[in-house]
Amino acid sequence: MSDLEALGQSIVTNSTGAITAFSIAFDELTLTGPAHRVVEALTQLRDHPDCRFQELIDLCGVDYPDRPLRFDVVYHLLSITKNHRVRLKVMTDEDTAVPSVTGVYPVADWFEREAFDMYGIFFSGHPDLRRILTDYGFHGHPLRKDFPMTGYVEVRYDDALRRVVYEPVKIAEFRQFDFLSPWEGAQYALPGDDKAKEGGQ
Amino acid sequence: MTGSNAPAEATDFFHDAPAAPAIPETPVRKFNINFGPQHPAAHGVLRLVLELDGEVVERVDPHIGLLHRGTEKLMEARTYLQNIPYFDRLDYVAPMNQEHAFCLAIEKLLGVEVPIRGSIIRVLYSEIGRILSHLLNVTTQAMDVGALTPPLWGFEEREKLMIFYERACGARLHSNYFRPGGVHQDLTESLIDDIDAWAVAFPKICDDIEQLITGNRIFKQRNVDIGVVKKDEALAWGFTGVMVRGSGIAWDLRRNQPYECYSDFDFQIPLGINGDCYDRYLCRMQEMRESTKIIRQCCARLKGTPGPVMTEDNKITPPRRAEMKRSMEALIHHFKLYTEGFRTPEGEVYACVEAPKGEFGVYLVSDGTNKPYRCKIRAPGFPHLAAMDWMNRGHMLADVSAILGSLDIVFGEIDR
Repeated sequence: MSDLEALGQSIVTNSTGAITAFSIAFDELTLTGPAHRVVEALTQLRDHPDCRFQELIDLCGVDYPDRPLRFDVVYHLLSITKNHRVRLKVMTDEDTAVPSVTGVYPVADWFEREAFDMYGIFFSGHPDLRRILTDYGFHGHPLRKDFPMTGYVEVRYDDALRRVVYEPVKIAEFRQFDFLSPWEGAQYALPGDDKAKEGGQ
Repeated sequence: MTGSNAPAEATDFFHDAPAAPAIPETPVRKFNINFGPQHPAAHGVLRLVLELDGEVVERVDPHIGLLHRGTEKLMEARTYLQNIPYFDRLDYVAPMNQEHAFCLAIEKLLGVEVPIRGSIIRVLYSEIGRILSHLLNVTTQAMDVGALTPPLWGFEEREKLMIFYERACGARLHSNYFRPGGVHQDLTESLIDDIDAWAVAFPKICDDIEQLITGNRIFKQRNVDIGVVKKDEALAWGFTGVMVRGSGIAWDLRRNQPYECYSDFDFQIPLGINGDCYDRYLCRMQEMRESTKIIRQCCARLKGTPGPVMTEDNKITPPRRAEMKRSMEALIHHFKLYTEGFRTPEGEVYACVEAPKGEFGVYLVSDGTNKPYRCKIRAPGFPHLAAMDWMNRGHMLADVSAILGSLDIVFGEIDR
């Protein structure tokens, strides 16, 4: 796919630092750049004659708790006239806001609200950064890797009070079955294996 | 100073008070009303907070998430095969189209080829799903503006199509039929004949429904020139599917970025001109006829293409039951697949299909294990509903339900 490579090259050279690197995997072009210049990067991707990515298809967060900048914000763009797609990734943490791109693509409004709701990623300059999918008065950010599968509260209808009440969850902890075969290159030490390593090998 | 201690206002005895205007101007209070979450035209559990100036809509604030089930979170704790049924529960009107996107994403990661017969079956059932969805939407759009007969006619046909779903996979709604590498089971000869016979008869039903709606005076009064979307606006708001085609943009993933074996089929892409609710209705109507054409071509091709419907690579798809009775290898494969599941190589992919409502995409991040690290579901209805506020400003209250009907939203996929 030399076309993709040429496109990636030209985007990186034209961006004056707003997009720093590109990579190609599975026939898809991925760009990376600094978070604070994302508006500049997307404006260039939308307006440059080689790119013409008129549509923001998707915007979402991804959580990598082990990294110092734990969140990825991923933008998927589509060009209808050039018929190609691209993905832009920027990194951020829990406290640093990413500039909102609602000025470039109005559709980003709800996508950013969703990313804020699910991950607690802040978007500076967003017109109305409220929660969107979770319940009224919800606490926490459910798609973070440290948020438990069961959540913290459950609801039920209370006959005496004649209304729905919130209570701490009572069900047993969600059991995550680990069926990964330990013989095929699991990266972590299984319980019990750590001793073997210390002993002989 | 106020209250009883305040000095009396100075009175001017030499001038009369100015004559009061004949009709006193009363300040009009703005109304805030709740549309839903239990309104028949809200298409599920949508709560719209409308700010009205008289009967003119000034602002719409959709409150969504009443059907939020945390699909994406749940998927991170389950293997790829266990995750397929979640996709039936997104857009529950056309379940197999969603599964298709997820399977395509996994296949892209694994680099699996689907055998041609499996590919044709996928196309066949995707098109059945498209008709299922459009039948529901077109007829309920008519119901939103007052017609009650079309949904009854539409549901009769939907019932027949659901029986085809049932005969292929055993379930009417939550099919769980597409698998990475193909489809779960082959179709019987009689089923293909019946689908073909249905596809021959269906254009007549389309004619009947069109006769009820297309020329209908009330339907046109309520839909023509309502909710007009221009080309550049459609793109800025992230519209896909019928929402851009209704505005006259020739964009269909089946044609522009062909996946599966869509490039082998002969079909047209209907386009609208004005980008209003009525054009979107016409597009959907015409798309159903085009889908019927594809279904007939699929049936004809299936009769001439015997062969496997799933890839034979037993690291990804389970072995045949008969084989398991004799072969130790097959038994091991089966056990491994249904406990550990298959692993995908590390990386990230985005796969999308032209679902009935627009581009349905799956962004899959894999960390090399048997479960997705992150799976973002890009539902077409989400950006469409996000534009509700912008589309409705300045329209009348009665237009809200007409516009909502033409957006074709289903809350399973928007709330996830």
